[in-house]
Amino acid sequence: MTPDFSADHFTLFGLPAAFRVDGAALDQAWRQLQAQVHPDRYAHAGEAEKRLSMQWATRVNEAYQTLREPLRRADYLLQRRGIHALGERQTALPAEFLMQQMEWREGLQDAQQARDAGSLDALRRVLKREATQLTDLLAQQLDAEGAWDAAADTVRKLRFVQKLAEDVNLALAALEDD
Amino acid sequence: MALLQISEPGTSTAPHQHRLAVGIDLGTTNSLVASVQSGLARVLDDERGRALLPSVVRYLPDGGVSVGYEAQARQSEDPHNTIVSVKRFMGRGLKDLDKANVPYRLLDEPGMVKLKTAHGVKSPVEVSAEILRVLRSRAERALGGELVGAVITVPAYFDEAQRQATKDAARLAGINVLRLLNEPTAAAIAYGLDHGVEGVYAVYDLGGGTFDISILRLSKGVFEVLSTHGDSALGGDDFDQRIFCWVLEEAKLPPLDPRDTRLLLGKAREAKEYLTDHPEAHITAVLSSGDIVDLRLGLDDFNRITQSLVNKTLAPTRKALRDAGLEVEEVQGVVMVGGATRMPCIRHAVGEFFAQTPLTNLDPDKVVALGAAVQADVLAGNKQSGDDWLLLDVIPLSLGLEVMGGLTEKIVPRNSTIPVARAQEFTTFKDGQTAMGFHVVQGERELVADCRSLARFELRGIPPMVAGAARIRVTFQVDADGLLSVSAREQVSGVEAAVVVKPSYGLSDGEIARMLSEAHAHAEEDMKARALNEQRVEAQSLLTALAAALAQDGEALLAADERHVIEAGMAKLRALAEGTEHLAIRAQVEALNQLTTPFAQRRMDRNVRQALAGQNVDSLRV
Ligand SMILES: Nc1ncnc2c1ncn2[C@@H]1O[C@H](COP(=O)(O)OP(=O)(O)O)[C@@H](O)[C@H]1O
Ligand SMILES: [Mg+2]
Repeated sequence: MTPDFSADHFTLFGLPAAFRVDGAALDQAWRQLQAQVHPDRYAHAGEAEKRLSMQWATRVNEAYQTLREPLRRADYLLQRRGIHALGERQTALPAEFLMQQMEWREGLQDAQQARDAGSLDALRRVLKREATQLTDLLAQQLDAEGAWDAAADTVRKLRFVQKLAEDVNLALAALEDD
Repeated sequence: MALLQISEPGTSTAPHQHRLAVGIDLGTTNSLVASVQSGLARVLDDERGRALLPSVVRYLPDGGVSVGYEAQARQSEDPHNTIVSVKRFMGRGLKDLDKANVPYRLLDEPGMVKLKTAHGVKSPVEVSAEILRVLRSRAERALGGELVGAVITVPAYFDEAQRQATKDAARLAGINVLRLLNEPTAAAIAYGLDHGVEGVYAVYDLGGGTFDISILRLSKGVFEVLSTHGDSALGGDDFDQRIFCWVLEEAKLPPLDPRDTRLLLGKAREAKEYLTDHPEAHITAVLSSGDIVDLRLGLDDFNRITQSLVNKTLAPTRKALRDAGLEVEEVQGVVMVGGATRMPCIRHAVGEFFAQTPLTNLDPDKVVALGAAVQADVLAGNKQSGDDWLLLDVIPLSLGLEVMGGLTEKIVPRNSTIPVARAQEFTTFKDGQTAMGFHVVQGERELVADCRSLARFELRGIPPMVAGAARIRVTFQVDADGLLSVSAREQVSGVEAAVVVKPSYGLSDGEIARMLSEAHAHAEEDMKARALNEQRVEAQSLLTALAAALAQDGEALLAADERHVIEAGMAKLRALAEGTEHLAIRAQVEALNQLTTPFAQRRMDRNVRQALAGQNVDSLRV
């Protein structure tokens, strides 16, 4: 296998192209690669090697970030099949999910107004659980069923949930700031 | 060339040649320099056996500069010209600062605030360089030679401007920066080595002027920063300030002049430090008005008036945990760093928060410098195969661009592992538009106005097209020091235009030259000698690196004629380095770098391949 700067992320780490990744193997491969290419290894080398090292280390980090986060990994797998789940043209998500989404949003707003850190933290936990469920579903759809379109919907749902979770975190942080 | 040693132990570059490298903790209150000798990191003392160098610079009336204890002793006498805690001004504008009780004459200058002193207007970068110069000569005297470089530590929470300013200060002091290293990471290195720990650790660093909290994962010799938070304007100084205000109130004093302010702040600090080991402290002073201050401060009162400061450190701590996606119970140990963590109230609060006794077995003043020294030793290539480790660091604040409506679009989110590059595409919004402006910002807030402005630049020469047809790709690259460069190029037309911005607060080469010439009497000669010396060092290090690379891989990776060309280039460089033409040396260094790029590429590919084949697993273990 010849290392190719533009190689597929999975190939780069020597992992099978699937949603379920062996986290430990990914971490290990990432560290092994960084151990070879990281700029700290070249702090004393010539310019040419320094430059290459930075490019490689950047490339390896990009691949790692993509494969490590479930959302980005699923999106990446779909993109390899020509499906742009998070692109501009998207099908609507089921009304049921959107309702749930609105409920959570309202919950966030209420808790924010009431400066209620307890409710915010509870919501944070709910969203964490929801994200886990969606991630499990993705594993099923992508690895077992090959249900690409359904998986694209799940990716979008997961993004909704994660965005909301981020906003909850920001709200919590804002409460702590003052 | 640490890499060579990893791939094939035994063929390392001239092992007898120990490169002198140091770690520098450039602190708000105290600075230190440390180095690894015979495998052991130790702090280098001054001639009088003192490890700490107070980060105090005094510009003397006779044109001289005094740094350290002597300057510190004169603080209250000459407050305008005696600069303390200059680190707080690094990379900051006047509007960023809390000017209450600052006795200096501050000037609002674009980019960074300046100070008016007996030696004229000084930038915080110049003041910091004075401190670094003292540490550099201390090290060169102790180690008996010129330094190849230094690892300088910065608070993990330092932003772009502050990091760049630190690097500029080192440059001004004639120090080659091997790497800027986050202080908590340095502390973890020191602790990790001494105790062989694994797992998730929190590093709680409360110094004189900054607070940092970092969550790190240590495993198999990899130090990974999971998240970092803090407050770049919170530290032991604020506890002094609280005592100072308490004294003003208790003694019913009117607002004081800068001299008395300094005097009382000094007394407040003594009392605070005394209270670490005693139940009460006495504060006595004679003011310039003749008024006498004589008060007793009990530990209970002290704890009461500083309670809110202690609590103020816990909010960032909570945030750092949340960013790392961890609960308190998952933290295996808490490392205490910084002189202010000696205070019992801090140890108590931190212990309570993490539900465990924090680690305090290393001297909190020295931990950071020791860790930096260890890393400097690695980066200088002194370590043998097998005992290297890898340090994977993150950026502390998100980087982004201003978009419509004064909003920020994040390009590189905070806590991304560096080095990192991210690109985003933008398009024109008017027909025939030929230029596009960009505003680079740093921070987490949605409104540009709430973030720190880093740079503005414009991409010109876009071929006229209808609105929305141009595809302008903006790339953010953050290097291993956490420093940013941004470039933009239009992709559709094939006409490429690219710009690289150096953030506006960075010093230009011209400014560095001016500051250098102000700092030295024989500036002109100095500069030439320095330039020549720099180029010779550069040439030597390239030649050493190449010789080792050839010895190792020349046979396998180069055709005979390729090898001849490289060797001829090396011979030419060797000859030029004997001479005195620094420009010629530089040109040949560049030519040789160009020439050897394909060779470097092949070596890199080979190493990546080996990593994938799992042949070097052992090199990851400490
Ligand atoms: N024994 C002590 N008790 C309480 N505070 C102390 C003690 N020793 C030093 N400090 C405080 O520690 C701070 C300096 O810490 P240091 O780690 O040297 O700071 P920095 O990293 O900002 O240079 C000062 O505010 C100083 O008063
Ligand atoms: Mg410190």
